[in-house]
This record gives sequence, structure tokens and C-alpha cells, in this order.
Amino acid sequence: MKLKKKIPLIDQHDKLGFWGGKFGGSYIPETLKKPVDDLTKEFKKLRKNKKFLKKRDLYFKNYIGSPTRFIKLENLSKHIGGAQIWAKVVSDANGGAHKIYNATVHALICKSMGKKYIVGDTGAGYAGKMLSMAAKKFGLKCKIFMGAKDIKRQKPNCDAMRKNGAEIVPVTTGSQTLVDAVSECMRYWVSNCDTTHMCVGSTVGPNIFVKICGWSTAQISRELKKQIKEQFKKIPKKIKLINCVGGGSSAYGFWSEFIDYPKSQIELIGVEAGGPKKSKLHAAPLSRGAKLGVLHGAASYVCQNNEGQINETESISAGLDYPGVSPIHCFLKDTKRARYTYATDEDALNAYKLVTKFEKLNPSLEPSHAFAEAIKIAPKFNKDTIIIVNSCGDAKKDRDILRKRLGRKI
Amino acid sequence: MNNPISLAFKNAKKNNRPALLTYTVAGDNTKKKSLEILKSISKNVDICEIGFPHNTPIADGGQIQTSAYRAIKNGIKISDVFQIAKNFKKTKNSKPVILMGYYNMIYQYGENNFLKKCKSSGVNGLIVVDLPWPENKKFAKKCKTNSISFVQLLSPTTSKERLKKIIKDSHEMIYYISMLSTTGGQLKVSPKKILSNYNQIKKIDPKKNCVIGFGITEKTIAKLKSADGLVVGSAICKEITRSLNNRQNPVTNVSKVVAKLRNKIS
Repeated sequence: MKLKKKIPLIDQHDKLGFWGGKFGGSYIPETLKKPVDDLTKEFKKLRKNKKFLKKRDLYFKNYIGSPTRFIKLENLSKHIGGAQIWAKVVSDANGGAHKIYNATVHALICKSMGKKYIVGDTGAGYAGKMLSMAAKKFGLKCKIFMGAKDIKRQKPNCDAMRKNGAEIVPVTTGSQTLVDAVSECMRYWVSNCDTTHMCVGSTVGPNIFVKICGWSTAQISRELKKQIKEQFKKIPKKIKLINCVGGGSSAYGFWSEFIDYPKSQIELIGVEAGGPKKSKLHAAPLSRGAKLGVLHGAASYVCQNNEGQINETESISAGLDYPGVSPIHCFLKDTKRARYTYATDEDALNAYKLVTKFEKLNPSLEPSHAFAEAIKIAPKFNKDTIIIVNSCGDAKKDRDILRKRLGRKI
Repeated sequence: MNNPISLAFKNAKKNNRPALLTYTVAGDNTKKKSLEILKSISKNVDICEIGFPHNTPIADGGQIQTSAYRAIKNGIKISDVFQIAKNFKKTKNSKPVILMGYYNMIYQYGENNFLKKCKSSGVNGLIVVDLPWPENKKFAKKCKTNSISFVQLLSPTTSKERLKKIIKDSHEMIYYISMLSTTGGQLKVSPKKILSNYNQIKKIDPKKNCVIGFGITEKTIAKLKSADGLVVGSAICKEITRSLNNRQNPVTNVSKVVAKLRNKIS
């Protein structure tokens, strides 16, 4: 299994859609074959279409607000000591998280395919909120599938979705979280694929959805590469790019421009959700040795039992609370280009406390997992090492959890 | 022509009726009860589809999901599914058995192991909902080598060109999904339209046994009886749920429903 250079990772799959010969693919019911094929053809065409690219860039700039900031966390770096800690503040983006890139691109594709309805899944509610925003912007009717448990714990994002005119469909099966929301959304699409476009909220699902999402979030690293060069005059010798990984869309977007660099120069570190310290449950298939399995139309490492039933997961962060992970991260893991680890709920909360104490930054619980790793490893290096964390979401949506766990108002 | 699945269709044809296929979830609501249900409906059924329940079913509607969750909650394992099939096949009135489920369970069990176990349990065919053509080519071939029929699925969205290729690679039976829906949806397409699509498929290869499934109930089954076979699943799962809710015996109730279904097409 080998990575190719100079080809975007999203395109390094074989004819059947597998990365590294075994990750990804399209395990879908026959009914979805045609809509998936149509979408594949449309995307292939659009990504070469100059007019479409111009449109994308225009919306990225004027609607999403690119570029997002790249800042040094001076106080935090000083307090921790060791490496310099920087942040790419992707939560600056319209709506407060990286999910807006994928949502905007899907809305543009939906328009271009002449469909009027768009549906999507959501965990933390960001993917849903952004899709509802994009749908409103482009005049599409929008339905969001969300686990009943997540609806309760991410209320601010639900309010936003409703305000944008989207219908939230509560999913009450299984663990009532993202995994069930994705299943229900796919089931809805099976029944309505003739009129409706589906947006998968992360770099998961059948091959084409991994590609579209990765293509969209790649904007993050295009900006970052420029910003690093501006800041340091050239790409520094020792960089560590740390990103939380649930499905893995922000991590892929954060890394895509840097994958061809040698590992010794730019290390890629993915941080999964380790769940509560005392719980056996987690949402960390890559770092805790889950087996290869098929979930939601793709083969990836999946938290599951010996029989192939999908395990329940647990994490304080709804956005990372998912038993599977993107096939491209499985590929990056097995080729050893990226390193994956996990942070527990408690680690993430502590990191959140520390970051907000020292910096004017309010990372949501998802990137707080990445900050936990940054804080952990920074002292092992000196200031020649540049650690960059993707602060990919804003904590406004987490206010109820943070109030409960930290007793503080944000 | 001595394949049990082909034989079942032949028998039904002799009697001038479509074959009746039922779908029940193994272990719903218990291992014992699901075997009893199979035994009691067997006399009216030509082929029994038995579902191996999965907790992340992306193509099943509410009724079958409920049955599957119920079975999983009751601790059903794949080995139990095979045991149920095996015990059913041992009975005097048994019918050909087709197992139906999602690929991850076969993948975790190991394709070869799974097929070996199918063979030793007397399973005759397999339907894998999320393993479409051409992804299923290799596995379908393996099935054939093990004398297990791999059932290809076709849907209203399948292009004509694709239909031809899939049918060419198909085994004893093909399955036409009546409409864009998960299992158990209300029939939102007219039976006439369904049959016209069905006839298109038959035209490509008249010799292949083609069944129609999804959305078929007591109300709609008679209108589709010109097909080679008809599958009823959700309506049966629904009856099990109803019986349990009313504290009635699902075995006798399901048996009655199946008898009625059979009556409507005889």
C-alpha cells in the first residue's frame, strides 16, 4: 500500500472506489447505484468546469469568508513551553465551522443537477446547520436527520437549523446519535433519490461523498499553505498539524496540501474521541485498533463486535461520536503518513479550559481534542517546532455541556 | 434443473400461480418462535427468505428494523441464524431457504466460512442488500462454486444496459425492487407500471425466475400475480409486532396472514 505523489488523495482510488485496495468503495443498495453514478459524473464534470470553480471561489470568499485566520497562540505557547502553538481558526468561517465548505459545494451541485430538495445528516449539528444555511442561500428545501440524543445536547445548532427553514427529523433508533442519523438519511435517499440530493456531512459514505467532501474542505490547507509561507517566508523544517478526527473531513481538509511533504518535516496527527476516561466505550476506531468493516456504504476501520454489529460509541463531542471513520484516514494510517491517537472527554475539557484561559479563542469540544494533544506534546520540543491546530469549530453549540461540566457560562 | 429454487418456481408455475416468498427475521421475536413461524407458514410458502439482523440497516424500513432490533436485543448470533435455517430444513415440509442481510456480517464471518456454513445448514441462496453489481461479481462466483444461488437485485433506477449485464451474471433467481423505497413502504407505483418494468426484465431473459418485492401486502398481492414470484416481508414483520403488542401468539397470526396471501394468488 503506497501513497502517490502529486495526485490529490481523494483521487488515489481504484476503479471500484477503493483506496489502498481495501478502504472505501460503494456498498450501496441497487436503487442508489444510478443516483450515485449520476452524481459521480456530475462532480467529475463540474470540478473541471472553470465557471463552476469561479463560482465556488466566489462563494468561499464572499459567503464563507476565506481566508480564515492563522494565528500564534502566544500566551498558551509561553505557558506550556516548548514548541510554538499556532491555530488555524477555521471557526471564523460563516456559521462557525468547516462544515460550511462541504455544504456550500453540495448545494451548488444540487442546483446544477436541477434538484430542488437536499437532505443531510448531522451529529454536532454543524453539518446540519451549514446545510440549512446553504439551502436557504440557494433556495433549496432542506431536511436534516439528527439523532434524538444529539438534538438534546446541541440545541443551539438545532435552533439555527429551524431558523433557516430546515426541517429536523429526529432519529430515535439505535443509539440516537450520528450513526443512526446517517442510516436514516440514506434510507430517506433510497426512497426519494429521483427528486432529492443527499449531502453526507463528512468524508465518509460511498466513495463519491468522500471525494466531494474532501475536495470542499481542502480549501483549508490551500489557505494555510499560503499563510505559512507568508508568515515564515518558507515552509519551516518542523511542523506538526494536529486535527481532531470523527469522520475526518476537517482533518483531510487541513492536511491535503501537505501530504506530499516528508513526514520528518510535516507530521500529521489525528486525534480521535477516547470517550469518558472510565468508560469502555469510545469513538476511536483508528487509534484503538478497530477492525475493518463496512458501514454506511464504505469499508473502513469500524467500532464493531465480532459479529459485525456496529458498536455504540460514547463521546462528549457529538461531532466525533461516530463508530466509523473516513477511508482516506484508514489509508493514511496504514501507509503510516499520519499518526492517530485519542483524547478522553476529560482531556478535551481540560484543554478547553486552558485554551480559553490564555487565548481569545473558543474552540468547540471537537477541536479541544486536538488541543489536548498539542498541549501534551508541545513541551517535548523547542520553539523551532511549529504545532498548528485546526480550530475547526466554535463552542457556542456546546454551551449547555460546558455549563454542566465546567459550571461556567460562555 | 434440480436446483431447489428453480424447482420451487417450476412447481408454482405448474399450478398457474406465482411463487410466494416470505421474509422473516431470524430470532424474531425469539429463536424458538422464529423457527416455529417458519414451520407453520411453510405449507403455504414456496421459498423462505430469512433475514440475519443487522443494527445499521441502510435499506430497511421501520417494520423490518423493529424486527431486527428485537432479534438482536434477544441475543441472536449468526450461528443461531444458521441453526434456525438448519432446523427448519430438517423438517418434513421445509422449503428452499434464502438468507438475506448486509455485507458486513458476511465480511466479519469471512466469505468462505460463511458459505461453508450456508452449505452445511442447507441454505440455498443469498441476498446481500448492500453488495451491488459489479462489486458482487467475485462473491457471486464463489456462491456459485458452493452451489448457493446469489440473488441479484434490480430496481426502477437500473438502466437498461445495466439490467442486461446484471441479468447475464445472475443465477437461478433475480429480485426486482418494485419502487424507490426502503422495505415496507407503501406501494407508490401502480401495479401496472411495476409489471411493465418487470416485463422489460423478462424480455431480456425469459428463462430467469424474477420475483417482485417491496411494498407487497394482502391488498396489493393479487394485482401482481402474473409475476414469477412475489415477496412479502414487512407485512409479516408488522404482524409479529402487532401480535406481541396485543399479547397474542405471533405464530398463529402470521400463519393466518400467509394463508391469506397464498389464497389471493392461487
